[in-house]
Amino acid sequence: MATAVARRSAARKELSADLKGMLFVSPWILGFVGFTVYPIAASLYYSFMRYDVIRKPAYIGLENYITLFTRDERFRVVMGNTLYIVIFGVPLGLVTAFLLAELLNQNMRFRPLFRTIFFIPSIVPVVASAMVWLWVYNTQHGVINSILIGMGMRAIPFLSSPVLAKPSLILIRCWAQGGAMVIFLAALQDVPRSLYDAALVDGAGALARFRHITIPMTTPAILFVLITDLIDAFQQFTFPYLLTGGGPVDSTEFYGIYLYHNAFQFFKMGYASAMAWILFIVIVVFTVLVFRTSARWVYYGGATE
Amino acid sequence: MMATEAARMRAQRGDRRGVLLRRAAGRVVLYLIVFVLGLIFLLPFLWMLSTSLKNDAQTYVVPPIWIPNPMRFSNYLEALTTYPFGLYATNTLKIAIPSVVGTVISCAVVAYGFSRFRWRLRDPLFYICLATMMIPYQVVMIPLFIIFRNLNWINKFWPLIVPAFFGSPYFIFLLRQFFMTIPQDLSDAAKIDGCNELRTMWSVILPLAKPALAVVALFTVMGAWNDFMGPLIYINDPKMFPIALGLQNMRQTFTSVKRTLVWPYLMAASSATIAPILVLFFFTQRTFIEGIAITGIKG
Repeated sequence: MATAVARRSAARKELSADLKGMLFVSPWILGFVGFTVYPIAASLYYSFMRYDVIRKPAYIGLENYITLFTRDERFRVVMGNTLYIVIFGVPLGLVTAFLLAELLNQNMRFRPLFRTIFFIPSIVPVVASAMVWLWVYNTQHGVINSILIGMGMRAIPFLSSPVLAKPSLILIRCWAQGGAMVIFLAALQDVPRSLYDAALVDGAGALARFRHITIPMTTPAILFVLITDLIDAFQQFTFPYLLTGGGPVDSTEFYGIYLYHNAFQFFKMGYASAMAWILFIVIVVFTVLVFRTSARWVYYGGATE
Repeated sequence: MMATEAARMRAQRGDRRGVLLRRAAGRVVLYLIVFVLGLIFLLPFLWMLSTSLKNDAQTYVVPPIWIPNPMRFSNYLEALTTYPFGLYATNTLKIAIPSVVGTVISCAVVAYGFSRFRWRLRDPLFYICLATMMIPYQVVMIPLFIIFRNLNWINKFWPLIVPAFFGSPYFIFLLRQFFMTIPQDLSDAAKIDGCNELRTMWSVILPLAKPALAVVALFTVMGAWNDFMGPLIYINDPKMFPIALGLQNMRQTFTSVKRTLVWPYLMAASSATIAPILVLFFFTQRTFIEGIAITGIKG
């Protein structure tokens, strides 16, 4: 009798805790349903429709997907451009951030000053830094080219050459790596000094210490940055939109830009939704793949995570 | 015997001098690298400032000059009044302030629910919340646009403000990480004093979490100031432009019409757009950098 009462009151307490918990997180749950679950489902629905916002959506089955994969030449170019950034831009940005962090981790004077300098590009409003880069890269009067021209050399068409436009954007990406740099710096400062001392006693050189201590000990941070950068690179929009608008000759028409153009310029909402869903799946697959391999290269300091 | 001892000592001294010399050389190289890199990273900004003070002749001279003489400070006043930058800044604040209020309140409450007491669905729901960070904005962008359009919210600030009141996974995560580090004893003591959860949150946890809340507020303000894509989709009335769209609009209308002082004006306007963010950053630098580091390490 007594135990039954106790059990019932324990169950009631648990229920009230559940209720309390749900109440606290209810803003997020409402947002999750309204701004995530419903829109995802709706965009799947629209992806089977022809929809120009004005007329009612018309069901066309897999037509959008079939067109994307078989008839849309531009879509193939866009995929290629995006993969270019993912394959070259992401690793280059990551390496830049890591080397900057390693540099700042050295014992030196004015470290806070230099940290600030390397960090600033990542917090400046993108529209403003895009404007500045547009001017830096300017073919006739930009700072680099007017120096080159002054020395009697040929100007570099940073943004107006289909070959150079993507590398020029990657350069900006490397310049604005402050966030990743700060994460790496924090991770580097967490590496126990004793490991380096022990390695020094064993006669390990600087390169060996970097390879066998620094890198393994910071792999969790590398994984974090890699994944967030990957997701970000697949969606990148603002810089190319402002700097090149997708040109020249579609060489910087990235996934995010083509999708935006389809949705808000051509008003092909159904088509753009199909693109969004493909992107979604590609991102999930990439993330899962990276996580899968991470067990092999990420080191969690002996903790069983 | 003595001779070899002396030779060894001499060799050792030489060795030490070699080590010191090599170390000094290493320092010089290190400073050189950092200094040059620092200069390269600053170069776009220096070029911006330099151009913002030039006249047309100075702007287009080859090779470029870095310190114009005379300096044309009036570029700033002229650039910021040719286009209504005061209005753009006001519009931005009209988006930023409610967003900060909404984000801080909603994220704090949700993060509290995800960290300070146990309940059955807590952890699964939290992982779902984390997983949503992976969802590309493009997947929700079109249906959200259609919803807000049906609500007649195009050319209104609502689409940029309202979602802030429903928590953002990144900030929920950041605050939860912080709340977890506050000892449970404090909550227990408050309970014994008769506080319920809401009261415990308000008078015990939140005061302790001020630095983390500051990070959230700071990131939200900066996010609103920097946001381009949101306003691009929802706002096309120039009277409603926030600063990012205003600047872009200035560039489009400027470079398409032949006129004088195009780049000096654009660079002056860009500097003015960057300045508030830099001021904010310099005053809050430590909070800021710690905030980013929290998410990276403990994630």
